[in-house]
Amino acid sequence: MTDSTTPAAGPSETTSSTRAHEVSATDDRLYTALAQEPDFAELKRRYRRFAFPATIAFMAWYVTYVICNNWARGFMDTRVVGNVNVAVVFGLLQFLSTFVIAFLYARHASAQLDPLATRLRERFESGTDR
Amino acid sequence: MTGPALLPLATGDRGLTIGLFLAVVALTLAITFWASRQNKTAADYYAGGRSFSGFQNGLAIGGDYMSAASFLGISGSIALYGYDGFLYSIGFLVAWLVALLLVAELLRNSGRYTMADQLAYRMRQTPVRSAAATSTIVVSIFYLLAQMVGAGSLVGLLLGVTDPGLKNLVIVGVGILMVVYVTLGGMKGTTWVQIVKAVLLMIGTLLITILVLARFHFNLSELLGAAAQRSGKGTAFLEPGQLYGKDLTGKFDFLSLGLALVLGTAGLPHILIRFYTTPTANAARKSVLWAIGLIGAFYLMTLVLGFGAAALVDTGKTSQIATSSGNAASPLLAQAVGGGDGTLGGSVLLALISAVAFATILAVVAGLTLTSASSVAHDLYASVIKKGRASERSELLVVRIAAFAIGAVAIALAIPAQRLNIAFLVALAFAVAASANLPALLFNLFWRRFNTAGATASIYGGLLAAVLLVVFSPVTSGTPTSLVPGASFDWFPLRNPGLVSIPFGFLCGIVGTLLSRDDSSARRYDELSVRSLTGAGAEKATSH
Repeated sequence: MTDSTTPAAGPSETTSSTRAHEVSATDDRLYTALAQEPDFAELKRRYRRFAFPATIAFMAWYVTYVICNNWARGFMDTRVVGNVNVAVVFGLLQFLSTFVIAFLYARHASAQLDPLATRLRERFESGTDR
Repeated sequence: MTGPALLPLATGDRGLTIGLFLAVVALTLAITFWASRQNKTAADYYAGGRSFSGFQNGLAIGGDYMSAASFLGISGSIALYGYDGFLYSIGFLVAWLVALLLVAELLRNSGRYTMADQLAYRMRQTPVRSAAATSTIVVSIFYLLAQMVGAGSLVGLLLGVTDPGLKNLVIVGVGILMVVYVTLGGMKGTTWVQIVKAVLLMIGTLLITILVLARFHFNLSELLGAAAQRSGKGTAFLEPGQLYGKDLTGKFDFLSLGLALVLGTAGLPHILIRFYTTPTANAARKSVLWAIGLIGAFYLMTLVLGFGAAALVDTGKTSQIATSSGNAASPLLAQAVGGGDGTLGGSVLLALISAVAFATILAVVAGLTLTSASSVAHDLYASVIKKGRASERSELLVVRIAAFAIGAVAIALAIPAQRLNIAFLVALAFAVAASANLPALLFNLFWRRFNTAGATASIYGGLLAAVLLVVFSPVTSGTPTSLVPGASFDWFPLRNPGLVSIPFGFLCGIVGTLLSRDDSSARRYDELSVRSLTGAGAEKATSH
């Protein structure tokens, strides 16, 4: 590590260090060790497996909505029921899809991510003196 | 409505409205004094001791995010332009998925007090913190100006203040209040002010929504039909195109706005630092889930308020709603569903909704002032100037001095800025956040090779691109409604810069990184990944 990224060591309780981190040599070894663990690779894989495709999906869905407002006016103006047209339904579906993706992520995170993250964090904490 | 259109709202309500305004001020000050006695450490001051539950922080996020621009602006826009007014709220809501999926938890685990903490995690401190503090302050000031200008015109509208001197006095008053909240209450006081505001706003909006829907037998189609008929525009009022996308430039402008809205939220510093107030990443996630539920419900209700105002209140060219650019729609609708002008119910609801709007402004300006003052003290003073050797006491003194300075700057800028459109200022803040902050945040979290040069390039590049494109857009010159109507240097056709400046910010991050041979940041990527995903070594809640 270079000097510019190594914080002046000191207990964080007494000085207000502005570094985002105070990493001791022990912590440094622990982070490196945890990064090599199969559990961590699995956690990272599970997180990205949900977060990345979901982001692409909702962005595509949202941009489609914006584009339809611009360039598919005839379609958007179609009546669905009573005075409710496709544009209103499409807009409300954006709300629905946001709620659904948020719910699915919450379920995925508590079932797939939290147990692994907790296990790795405990391993880190048992290896340090804090 | 009776009487000339330009007169302020029914003057008989003034006593009640002023009384409720003062009650809001008294309540928020009481919270602030209570909180000031709990602030002991830097973590208390900057992050509320990280002791807020997911639900509490979810409410506070809602309180921080649902500004007067959303409450008065979106419903007013729907009242005047129908369906197109709804588009803002969709972008504002969908944006929360970016925060939920990619940012909130990882930031909670790897940052401390400011947005720069996260960006500078594996970078050289001085250049990255200077850049991040600059964009934090720029975004927050734009947003702050929008709120303060809103406060001036809102109070002018609701209390019948037409004298420009008195309006300026209102702006000064709001500025003084926000400095008091922040210097005394810190994050704890600010958070409770935002929680109280969110509860008031949700109750007030729900009440009016139910009263409106009751008029239409809880039938959405009937409400839409009545709105379309009263608007005089027929079914076109329910279709896209009344406000945006009239020509090809307009269509691209709308696309640009849409991108800025959806990508800006997760780069707004005053939203990001809210994630630090929870004890764990799990609580940060829960707070975003609560926020999505609250904000989503709120925007669905503004849809009813907007169409309700179009259906029940005069929105013609000379009406008060039209002359206030829509800002008067919600308060006037409240008066109408309460029984109308001159009735007790009408007066009470009008005063109530006005007070809620005022509380909304106070809570948002407090959050913004805290965010910029924290960045000045923690990033610029303690890190860039003192190189991390400042004592906690001196840092907490500087943050208060900074709050005073920011309050003074905001007042000085807001008084001449009263000519600016509030929605434009907010959209600009979102565009800068999406162009300067989001690329750096995402690259830092997900790209090992990303380094100091890339981080500063994306922040300064995105920031400059967004601001300069606005300077050379029709917003600044070339049209009769421009800031400088006489001149024309408007070679960039779009009013919102996002379509160009957001990709440019990402590109600057990539090019800056690849041009530099610095790989010291890559070596600490594993540490950042482990810490952000597992919470190992993350900041803990203070215990007292």
